[in-house]
Amino acid sequence: MAEQNTSNRVTVGLSSCGIAAGAAHVYDAFEKEFEGKGLGVLLKHTGCIGMCYREPLVDVDTSEGRVTYGGVTPDGVARIVEEHIVGGKPVEDLMVRADGHELPDDSYYAQQVRLVLRNAGIIDPESIDDYVAAGGYEALKKALDTMTPEGVIEEVKASGLRGRGGAGFPAAVKWELCAKQEATPKYMIVNADEGDPGAFMDRSILEGDPHSVLEGLTIAAYAIGASEGYVYARAEYPLAVKRLKMAIADSLERGFLGENILGSDFSFTIKVKEGAGAFVCGEETALIASIEGQRGMPRIRPPFPAAEGLWGKPTNNNNVETYANVPWIIANGADAYASYGTETSKGTKVFALAGKIARGGLVEVPMGIPLKDIIFEIGGGIQDGREFKAVQLGGPSGGCVPMEHVDINMDYESVTKTGAIMGSGGMVVMDDRTCMVDIARFFLQFTQDESCGKCTFCRVGTKRMLEILDRIAGGEGREGDIERLEELGKSIVSSSLCGLGQSAPNPVLTTIKYFRHEYEAHVNEKRCPAGACKALITYEIDPEKCVGCTLCAKVCPVGAVSGERKEPHAIDTELCTKCDACRNACKFEAVVVK
Amino acid sequence: MANTVESGATMPEQMSVVDDIAAEFTDKRGMLIPLLQRVQSELGYLSPETMERIALRAGVSPARVFGVASFYSQFRLKPVGKHIVRVCMGTACHVQGAGGIKDAICDELGVEEGGTTEDGEFTVEPVACLGCCSLAPVIMIDEDAFGRLTPDEARKVVRNYGVEEN
Repeated sequence: MAEQNTSNRVTVGLSSCGIAAGAAHVYDAFEKEFEGKGLGVLLKHTGCIGMCYREPLVDVDTSEGRVTYGGVTPDGVARIVEEHIVGGKPVEDLMVRADGHELPDDSYYAQQVRLVLRNAGIIDPESIDDYVAAGGYEALKKALDTMTPEGVIEEVKASGLRGRGGAGFPAAVKWELCAKQEATPKYMIVNADEGDPGAFMDRSILEGDPHSVLEGLTIAAYAIGASEGYVYARAEYPLAVKRLKMAIADSLERGFLGENILGSDFSFTIKVKEGAGAFVCGEETALIASIEGQRGMPRIRPPFPAAEGLWGKPTNNNNVETYANVPWIIANGADAYASYGTETSKGTKVFALAGKIARGGLVEVPMGIPLKDIIFEIGGGIQDGREFKAVQLGGPSGGCVPMEHVDINMDYESVTKTGAIMGSGGMVVMDDRTCMVDIARFFLQFTQDESCGKCTFCRVGTKRMLEILDRIAGGEGREGDIERLEELGKSIVSSSLCGLGQSAPNPVLTTIKYFRHEYEAHVNEKRCPAGACKALITYEIDPEKCVGCTLCAKVCPVGAVSGERKEPHAIDTELCTKCDACRNACKFEAVVVK
Repeated sequence: MANTVESGATMPEQMSVVDDIAAEFTDKRGMLIPLLQRVQSELGYLSPETMERIALRAGVSPARVFGVASFYSQFRLKPVGKHIVRVCMGTACHVQGAGGIKDAICDELGVEEGGTTEDGEFTVEPVACLGCCSLAPVIMIDEDAFGRLTPDEARKVVRNYGVEEN
């Protein structure tokens, strides 16, 4: 019996999101279930599978094929072991994806093309053997054995790969600039300082397939002639840092890194530098200053880092996703890569879908697919069947795209036309309960806080804009405030040195552009149409809808709700702190915000 | 008391922590930030005295050390509680009600944002983004993340975390 089952495998997704949803307990529960039973099942773990909305996720592979289970609890583990692994009958109510079954979640994957995420959620990210077995380091071998550095640059150029960090500069053009410099040594940097709140693409790649980034980096280093690389990783990503360090140690041992890589005369080493929490370090010159041990403040370019970067030497910097594309391009050829995407935006892009979306997670799609397909087909539309209002692209540097533009194609040029940016891939979806003034204020608070202070307009201008937004949201907006925001915003864009300042006003400017009426309601009528700005709303209970279940009274932290069981309740508006606990708790939509 | 920190290390002990960690850096180039990180993770925060010692060991001015330490949000210049409660204030968490979660936790623990409870158990730290956006709203206590919270559940999480520990 045990022998028959040796091909059986259980894989638990252990990325940060999975762990936050309880996946570590699920893993332990499997370990316990298998203990002493001699079932001959191989228990493994993997990185982000991408279906974050279904975490914790478990794959069960048997001779019958693969079944993916979602929302697995320790109780679910017992059922999976008993019914599926022992009994041979999959647990249908926990199934999200299965060979030979048509399930509602299939549409989540239908339009996805996983090149960057080729191994994420499949291999064990802590095992170099898994990566090699999946074809890993073949591209590096191919580059070193059969291609010249110039040949690598030409291949990547032909693929049309553009930098995935946000600006979309052609990657190989950057490499070429750096390769042509005579000064040595040359340095490589991986920008893994994923600072956009609402984005987790790079974290998932590093946690799910760290070797793909290291391999891409090493190939790029060969093309450029660099000898030393740094991965600048966010300190808030402890698991990603741990797996990266492990991957570096393993590749050194196997000769994929270090002296004379794979018997060639090319040598390259990689170090991990943990960031210390500064959004501005996403800007390359600030990032370089940070690696050098200084305050992360940007400087004027030129000279560009390609000529004078880290320690004053030629330096190439790309983000995590850009490098993770490289091994695939080298292994499969530029033409295969360029067959995905549009004329100017080739390949795929990874997006992090979050916010009020029904199916949030990590998705990878060919460039150029309509935004609405990502939100409504893949993401399954809005949570709780509510109404789509807008989607924020590119985080605090980006802008919002409203319903009227949701059919745009996701290529660099089309997105830029809306006033938003492609950015690094964060997509935060908002519904009719999200206030656009509040969102703009949220982003500005962030950039204002993160401004390094070097440029006056960024330092003081964002502060003044925030004050105006604070008073609009606080019910004290004045006539002319909206125009003042526009004027200040435009000045900050034109008078700031780096990307942070140049893009900081974007969320405000795009929300004014598309939702001016909402700003006007706040300023002129002292009303928040979405019911989100605390100073402008009151909570009431609709006696028609209230059934007197007492749930709202129980959750109210200040005792503002009163009423007898089975009788309509009421809220004391004097006591109410507008914490929204009652509205969240109510199952009958009886709590209304006015 | 004035000579001790949260971890209980006396001033001479703090100095030797700095010296020991600094001795591990063979390459002085760019060592300042990693050195600050290591010392903070050992001592919990960076006191003026430790920063001066770090300056000495890194071969830079105390002003430079303070400049760097005060620039990055990771560095704490005040002692912190035994457990750090990080409340994610990222975009996804914001639209899913992170503000309410933060208020509930501060209320439950009786502290302001960034404050430490009187018994020295918890420090509440709002952070930019923990990167678990699809499980928003999220908090992290030390290394443990908790997702899909309501204000009420957040209260329970901090309450129970204290109980389990004691």
